[in-house]
Amino acid sequence: MLDAVDRRIVAATQAGLPLVREPYRAIAEKLGLDEADVIARLKRLLGEGAIRRIGAIPNHYALGFTANGMSVWDVADDAVAGIGAKIGALDEVTHCYERPRHLPLWPYNLFAMVHGHTRDEVRAKVERIARLIGPAARAHDVLFSTRILKKTGLRIAA
Amino acid sequence: MPLIDPTSRAIINGLQGGFPLTPRPFRDAGLELGLSEGELIEGVRDLVGAGQLSRFGPLWNAEMLGGDVCLAAIAVPPERFDEVAELVNAHPEIAHNYERSHALNMWFVISAEDPRRIAEVIAEIEAETGLGVHAMPKMHEFFVGFRVEV
Repeated sequence: MLDAVDRRIVAATQAGLPLVREPYRAIAEKLGLDEADVIARLKRLLGEGAIRRIGAIPNHYALGFTANGMSVWDVADDAVAGIGAKIGALDEVTHCYERPRHLPLWPYNLFAMVHGHTRDEVRAKVERIARLIGPAARAHDVLFSTRILKKTGLRIAA
Repeated sequence: MPLIDPTSRAIINGLQGGFPLTPRPFRDAGLELGLSEGELIEGVRDLVGAGQLSRFGPLWNAEMLGGDVCLAAIAVPPERFDEVAELVNAHPEIAHNYERSHALNMWFVISAEDPRRIAEVIAEIEAETGLGVHAMPKMHEFFVGFRVEV
């Protein structure tokens, strides 16, 4: 769990690290902390999973990956863990989750987000995933985003 | 496809994680990438400035910060689409909202620091729109490689 100092570090870094030679010292000075304390806390938060990773957060769209397809799969509940682990490990999959079905409208219980330069590239990647899963996928579909209606970043108050 | 210079390519392909937690992290990461400390800082600054990186730093896990997120979808009659999008987006808890090609044509993420707000926001949207909101909370998250290659 995060304490009050952790939350101040979240607030100070959620828009990115200062792009200076000693970024952790810069954060520490801003917050009135020791550099070593900031580094130790970030290490702990990374270890606990509160930070997923530290580094370049690509803007897929600006890098030319303008097509994104939400591939969705209907697989047996007892097979979803094994299949999810397999397709989550693919480089072209950026998110992979098990979610509830909403029958009859929505039979799919496994979601994998696939990015590409074109829709055809995304479709080809989805077909490769379909071959990888094989007959264990009883049905699948790919939903392309046709419009961004709203997009805001994570906002956490200190 | 935008043109990507070798420095940008090295940063994007080589630094999507693992940025060092050391006093001089740009120097230490640059050693691995074959870039000087100054070149790496300039390169990252250029990529952020050009919008090719959303940002550079920690990717925080929203749920572990005490909040909760939930994906939800609505089958919106096409003639009501813009009106419903406006009603949904008016909620500050809506982080993303996408139109997608399916009978379930509106997909949005509800994000709230107080997890109890998720169900409340869903109920509010159902009351405002008269449409059913299908909540699709994640039951399990699978490890992802997460790398984009340029």
